[in-house]
Amino acid sequence: MDPECSQLLPALCAVLADPRQPMADDTCLEKLLDWFKTITEAGSSLLLLQENPCLVELLCHVLKPQDLSSRVLSFSLRLTGVFAAQEDCFQYLQQGELLPRLFGEAGPLGGAAWTAPTVRSGWIQGLRSLAQHPSALHFLADCGAVDTIFSLQGDSSLFVASAAGQLLVHILSLSMRGLAEGPPGLQADDWPPCAQKIVGHIEESLRSTATPQITQALNVLTTTFSHCHDPWTQVLWVRLHPLVAALLEKDPVPAAHSLVDLLLSVARSPGLSSSSCGLWETLAQTVSHLSPTQAGLLALGILKLQDCPQALRAQAFAVLLQPLACVLKATAQGPGPSGLLDSTAADSVTADMLPPSKAACVGLLCRTLAHLELLLPLPQRPCPWPQVPLLGAAVTLLQLCGGSGSPASDAGRQLCALLLGCVRVQRAALDFLGTLSQETGPPELVTQVFAVLLEYLRSPDSSPTVLKKAFQATFRWLLSSPRTPGCSDLDSDAVLFLRELLPVLQKRLCSPCWEVRDSSLEFLTQMTRRWGGQAGFRHALLASEVPRLTEQLLRDPESYVRASAVTAMGQLSSQGLCVPSAGPEHPGGQQSLLGELLHILSADSEGFPRRAVMQVFTQWLRDSHADVVGDTEQFVAGVLQVAGQDLDWEVRAQGLELALVFLEQTLGPSRSHCPYAVTPPVAAPAGPLTQALQSLCRVRLFEFAFRALFDCDRPVAQKSCDLLLLLRAKTASSSSLQEPRSSPDVASVEAALQRWRAGDQAQPLGDLEPEVVLAVLRSMDLEGLRGALAESSDHVEKSPQSLLQDMLATVGIRGENEADCY
Amino acid sequence: MKLYCLSGHPTLPCNVLKFKSTTIMLDCGLDMTSTLNFLPLPLVQSPRLSNLPGWSLKDGSAFLDKELKECSGHVFVDSVPEFCLPETELIDLSTVDVILISNYHCMMALPYITEHTGFTGTVYATEPTVQIGRLLMEELVNFIERVPKAQSASLWKNKDIQRLLPSPLKDAVEVSTWRRCYTMQEVNSALSKIQLVGYSQKIELFGAVQVTPLSSGYALGSSNWIIQSHYEKVSYVSGSSLLTTHPQPMDQASLKNSDVLILTGLTQIPTANPDGMVGEFCSNLALTVRNGGNVLVPCYPSGVIYDLLECLYQYIDSAGLSNIPFYFISPVANSSLEFSQIFAEWLCHNKQTKVYLPEPPFPHAELIQTNKLKHYPSLHGDFSSDFRQPCVVFTGHPSLRFGDVVHFMELWGKSSLNTVIFTEPDFSYLEALAPYQPLAMKCIYCPIDTRLNFIQVSKLLKEVQPLHVVCPEQYTQPPPAQSHRMDLMIDCQPPAMSYRRAEVLALPFKRRYEKIEIMPELADALVPMEIKPGISLATVSAVLHTKDNKHVLQPPPRPAQPSGGKKRKRASEDIPDCKVLKPLLSGSIPVEQFVQTLEKHGFSDIKVEDTAKGHIVLLQEAETLIQIEEDSTHIICDNDEMLRVRLRDLVLKFLQKF
Repeated sequence: MDPECSQLLPALCAVLADPRQPMADDTCLEKLLDWFKTITEAGSSLLLLQENPCLVELLCHVLKPQDLSSRVLSFSLRLTGVFAAQEDCFQYLQQGELLPRLFGEAGPLGGAAWTAPTVRSGWIQGLRSLAQHPSALHFLADCGAVDTIFSLQGDSSLFVASAAGQLLVHILSLSMRGLAEGPPGLQADDWPPCAQKIVGHIEESLRSTATPQITQALNVLTTTFSHCHDPWTQVLWVRLHPLVAALLEKDPVPAAHSLVDLLLSVARSPGLSSSSCGLWETLAQTVSHLSPTQAGLLALGILKLQDCPQALRAQAFAVLLQPLACVLKATAQGPGPSGLLDSTAADSVTADMLPPSKAACVGLLCRTLAHLELLLPLPQRPCPWPQVPLLGAAVTLLQLCGGSGSPASDAGRQLCALLLGCVRVQRAALDFLGTLSQETGPPELVTQVFAVLLEYLRSPDSSPTVLKKAFQATFRWLLSSPRTPGCSDLDSDAVLFLRELLPVLQKRLCSPCWEVRDSSLEFLTQMTRRWGGQAGFRHALLASEVPRLTEQLLRDPESYVRASAVTAMGQLSSQGLCVPSAGPEHPGGQQSLLGELLHILSADSEGFPRRAVMQVFTQWLRDSHADVVGDTEQFVAGVLQVAGQDLDWEVRAQGLELALVFLEQTLGPSRSHCPYAVTPPVAAPAGPLTQALQSLCRVRLFEFAFRALFDCDRPVAQKSCDLLLLLRAKTASSSSLQEPRSSPDVASVEAALQRWRAGDQAQPLGDLEPEVVLAVLRSMDLEGLRGALAESSDHVEKSPQSLLQDMLATVGIRGENEADCY
Repeated sequence: MKLYCLSGHPTLPCNVLKFKSTTIMLDCGLDMTSTLNFLPLPLVQSPRLSNLPGWSLKDGSAFLDKELKECSGHVFVDSVPEFCLPETELIDLSTVDVILISNYHCMMALPYITEHTGFTGTVYATEPTVQIGRLLMEELVNFIERVPKAQSASLWKNKDIQRLLPSPLKDAVEVSTWRRCYTMQEVNSALSKIQLVGYSQKIELFGAVQVTPLSSGYALGSSNWIIQSHYEKVSYVSGSSLLTTHPQPMDQASLKNSDVLILTGLTQIPTANPDGMVGEFCSNLALTVRNGGNVLVPCYPSGVIYDLLECLYQYIDSAGLSNIPFYFISPVANSSLEFSQIFAEWLCHNKQTKVYLPEPPFPHAELIQTNKLKHYPSLHGDFSSDFRQPCVVFTGHPSLRFGDVVHFMELWGKSSLNTVIFTEPDFSYLEALAPYQPLAMKCIYCPIDTRLNFIQVSKLLKEVQPLHVVCPEQYTQPPPAQSHRMDLMIDCQPPAMSYRRAEVLALPFKRRYEKIEIMPELADALVPMEIKPGISLATVSAVLHTKDNKHVLQPPPRPAQPSGGKKRKRASEDIPDCKVLKPLLSGSIPVEQFVQTLEKHGFSDIKVEDTAKGHIVLLQEAETLIQIEEDSTHIICDNDEMLRVRLRDLVLKFLQKF
């Protein structure tokens, strides 16, 4: 600890111990604790206490009966734990009887302060910190702390209860670590007393009839098996396994959720050889005992396991598929297997296995779809994957929700009534359907997929979120629609679908709901980006009203929609898909789009459309868009001038991105960017470089970059710094441009920059000569600036000394106010 | 209690309820779908319509070709359109005491009933219902009268000929009762019989029943009705809505504890969600106008149009449609727009509070002020000089058979740039369009029906818990086109009773109680005796006086003074003799104790049998039988009066007398 802090510490301890000066903000107590942790991790705690007796005084002081705030008490308990984690310091505190008085019966445990959850939490965390060595174990046994922890497992505060469970796991693992001669036997006598006590408690809880107790025991075991992988955990499992298995015989199975967690953590534990402990049998038994709502998560967990018997995997997959099999059964037109389950399992499935209440049924179906969606991209997913029936199930669910399903049976009709218009199932099924597009299906089923997607896109009852998901799924299916290998074009069926889709898109672009207009524009952008160059797509799009409607949405009242319209128009224009407007106010068509976007950039009151315009412009410059190529310098100069004055830092940062693209285009790309470009000579001749720099000067890129360098928003300044560093590196090799630093122009520019840095950016730099710019660049400490910018903004204020000063200062202010009152 | 069902149309009901001594007609809806069988009435001579070929029978006989014309495979009657009236033969309508109107759409048959059946009673309705109902009737009469048609076809109605016609003319029901539209004079006379009422106002009918209108949330001034006596309650639910639109919200709580709930006027398009449809309406409107096309919205002059204008008010700026003119053309357009603004007390809370700001409750006032919405009584006159395209036109009639809409259909039908958007659910849009085929114009069907759907009905029934539900038969099964949609029908316990046109239902409950008042002096004289804790009884001798369906117990007249002569004596003989009253008995007989008592009194050989209603005590020796039931006890013994009296006295010991 540095001397300055040592000097401040006694005053701070006095403040903390004073009940009349409560700490208003406990985040500073957390910071203080973190600081002590770093100190004790680096050095001796004992030494720290001896050098700073005020700390022990503080700990002693909190024990006195007084009205001390629960925060300070909790802090002291945790601080003691941090110190006592080192054995010598533990002994030192033991001598003073401080530990039993803080953590034993005589401490806060019995007092009124114990009612505050923060004190109980501090007590647990203190013990958690100090339980690091065998002496601590003895201490815990002597002061009867373990029994208190048992009772805290059922604490009313969830944080306390959960911390108590974790502390038990920690103590168990600590006491087992002390065993010298390998893992213990199954006999109780072989176990260390502390471990024996905890395991005994767990056994007792597992035998209990009260579900909360069983849940606590299962949670402790789950944490144990997921964190400790020592050989003794296997013995523990063998010992407790019969008790866990016995839970399955109860009806209903108690604490099913925790049981599933435990079994999965055991199965995943590398410390256990699953085959020898009867784990697979227990898992199989559990899967078949639990209700479908509870078993789904377990089934998913089993299927994710790497080495699992095939029979168990098949069983788990059948459980996972069961709800969808029920749906298919309920809506099947005739008898016969749906193909989702094998014939024996399929016969046992009946439609009434789905929960009768709407909430439960919807929940089960959504979870099932989400589980299957997670499973699909995994390498260990079941094989063969039932793509066709799953596709059928997703389509059927969507039809039932949309009201277009026509179930023949009573069960189907009931299911239809439950699911009709259910947005949750619609969203889950559309997501799932989109994921299924990774695989193909038979053509007639794919036709059905597109039909149901079109139905959703058309339906006036589709909610905005459902519609968005329908757009996403449609895009994914269009991407995967069967096509000639090696060709990215849409096939003829997809083009036919597109003809039906575009009128829907047209209508959606006119929707009164802005979310719908927005997601329609996003969908259009995606499609144009992917197929904008393809004849079928171009033809269909140009024959529709979509481009013109999109152009009109540039003036939408909702800023998100305007932003999406800007992006979409940028994309359409890049692909030459913009239709020239017929109106008299837009004579030039394409040219007017550039003008309109510039107008948005300079006049739009919201940031999103302006950011979108900058992105479009950067992309246009990168792609050498026809409108830009004509007079690139004028374009860049105009954009930078407007962007430099923008109030939104993201727009300014995007302006730097555009400047970078222009810079690379002017000075030539670096070799790494484009391996096939003609390699320029290593030492660039002065002529072209001078011309290039003059071009940069003409677009006033330097003025823009220097202004950004002193931007009050750090990301902008950083970006500008990077840009200028790149520029300096590119020009470094050119010797002909070396100019003496003492030129009067250079001095005036440097003076202006000094003023800018000080915050006075009113004065412009005026026309700059390349030589002057290079001289200024060379004279600037850009590396230093980059280093300073890389520091987080509070690096000055983050020191421990400043923390202590702050804490004292807040109390000081309180003191002054108090004096005023008198 | 009986219900006479005079209309087969579930949303245009006309029922008659006989309840206690009153005869109450519930609504008076006019089924106008019959007009779909007729050719449109063009405002301006239409060469296309007048050159349609006449229709001839298969055998080539063309005697009907003046009456029936063919257009794109459909056959239409070329005549003044006619309407299908409610049943008039099922019950003598002159006996109807009152007519209760629930909303302005359900009163269109009123002139036929009040002017042509000998009706002498009163009609009850709220003020907005009457005023807007008058507008609807005025518009209808105006639409038909301004295009006089010389011809009135009647040959085709002959039953033998009708059988030979193609569908749907062949299947049209009760064509002989179809009538031409009423006149303005009949409308005025009918409306003069209406008495205005306010929500929750209690109206006594002959002292027998009380009727009360409740807000139904569907339209301005729309109501449900409660018809109740002291011990019975019948609720009549007609077009109601739980959506937040312009009218006052629906009063559900007052419908609780009904013995019978008559449920009519549910949504006609249960699969269409009004919110989705409004979105669809706006999208299609914008799409058409942006493409340079015109939009035609066939509509009634009041109702959903207010909500549509409000949505458009919010939408047009965002959709960049501020420069597009909106025209509302109806003979009553001006009155409708203005009336809507003055019925503040009948509006939803939001709109009511605007009045205090002060602002007009509906934003269409602002649309009019800013010249975005213009209204005209007809397309003749100012409209033709102001008319600019592209534009949006709201005009009637939704059947597309008469009104200014006919002209716009003829004018715009040829261009695929234009769109007709159907928002009124009363007519099948395909049938409405049939005489305009072939049609290049785009057609969009966005029916907006805010009335209750089946999910809402099921919640409503769960909440108000009526003992019995009565509804049109259409509501007790899924729609024929969607037979798997079990959710599209009323599902309640006990199952709803259904009715159809020209059916008489005996409502399934009996009246058991009647309220009788007791005069104070008589009440003072009562001496109650407590026979059970909390239950006291008293005998009373009085004269029951009944007048105007009110029953009052009055003290009996004092016996005449003995001083009188012969005549007086005779008068006093008429007074009922109150003195020889037998005591009244109450209580129940515990069988075991009764048997013990019998044994104590020397009866032996007693057998007790349990029966469905009580017990039989058999005295085998005496060949006697005592039947003890909940409300009677019989002693049956053969000619042994002594024994009977003994047994009777034993029985009486267990009962209380007073």
